[in-house]
Amino acid sequence: MTSYRAAPPETLRIVPLDALTLIYHRASGITHVVDAPVPELLEALGVGEFTVDQLLATLQDRYDLLDADPAALAVRLDELVQAGLVERL
Amino acid sequence: MRHATRLAIGPAAFRIGSDWRAPIAALDDLYRDYPKPEVPDFNVHLFAARPWRKFLRPAVHIGGDYTIPDAAPLPLAQGLLAAEMGMNLQMALAQRRFLLLHASAVERGGRAVLMTGISGAGKSTLAALLMARGWRLMGDEFVLIDPATGLAHGFPRLISLKNQAIAVVRAALPDARFGPLLPGTPKGDIRHLVPDARAIAAMAAPAEPALLLFPRFGFDAAERPVPPSEAFVRLTQASTNYVHLAERGFDALTRLVRTVPARAIDYPDTESGIALVEALA
Repeated sequence: MTSYRAAPPETLRIVPLDALTLIYHRASGITHVVDAPVPELLEALGVGEFTVDQLLATLQDRYDLLDADPAALAVRLDELVQAGLVERL
Repeated sequence: MRHATRLAIGPAAFRIGSDWRAPIAALDDLYRDYPKPEVPDFNVHLFAARPWRKFLRPAVHIGGDYTIPDAAPLPLAQGLLAAEMGMNLQMALAQRRFLLLHASAVERGGRAVLMTGISGAGKSTLAALLMARGWRLMGDEFVLIDPATGLAHGFPRLISLKNQAIAVVRAALPDARFGPLLPGTPKGDIRHLVPDARAIAAMAAPAEPALLLFPRFGFDAAERPVPPSEAFVRLTQASTNYVHLAERGFDALTRLVRTVPARAIDYPDTESGIALVEALA
């Protein structure tokens, strides 16, 4: 079962501004301007490794998700893996 | 290069070499009150692509430490503009010490107002008219943010006035020094205004950024706050070296947008533009 965790904190600079959050990825030098739920995903994945289903359950507990969709979450996680913000294990 | 001069604008020192005398003579005249640095940071070359083009339909190519290949040359009559573009080009491509923002800036009481926008937004005109009203001009093209301190450093080069702005500013500053009218440039008619003595004397003095403005000319007067994330994105677009500065640039820009309020202003004419800026500052 594929699991995910956030990139090590020392590789990222995360600066919440307003509705949007800035994430500076040190390895690539790229600045990402992200909206919810990316900061929430990174925060959840910062404490350990999660499968998509485990992560979805955590997010549902924490944020009262109404339309929890594992396929959509998997797509979003793959985007974050591509950007270097999340590691696939 | 047969002809050369040196000049310092704010924290940047230039050596400008030219195959022709005229652009250097124009710089020496208009920048006569600026310091002449011993050690240049940036080199600008104005050169003929072929030896005979020094004389036959002379065409001024712009080069230096950095060159943009295939950039169209300018006629010798616009040699002063070529020199200014050459200095801007070196700053835009080679500046590494400061975060460079394409913006004009004025200062009063140690507080700097930074104005940025697309070409035609009125950055230069507003800065020149605010200078006429007693603000210290910090620059009409670039503002330099020091990543170490967050302070804004000025770059008070000649103010580049275009088209209708030329007459407006001449009326506001009848005793100021102007360069020659350069008709028919790629940006229309251009005339350079020499910053006043105060701007030149204080050009090394940084100021605390106090207000970020995003002006638009030609719209009904309006004003709205700009959230930090929008200001951040717009300023990365207005910076030529944000990516090159890497994390230093990220730190400098996040600090700027988190600590300095930002407003977008629309103005239908220069008078209401000036009134808006002075009301907000």
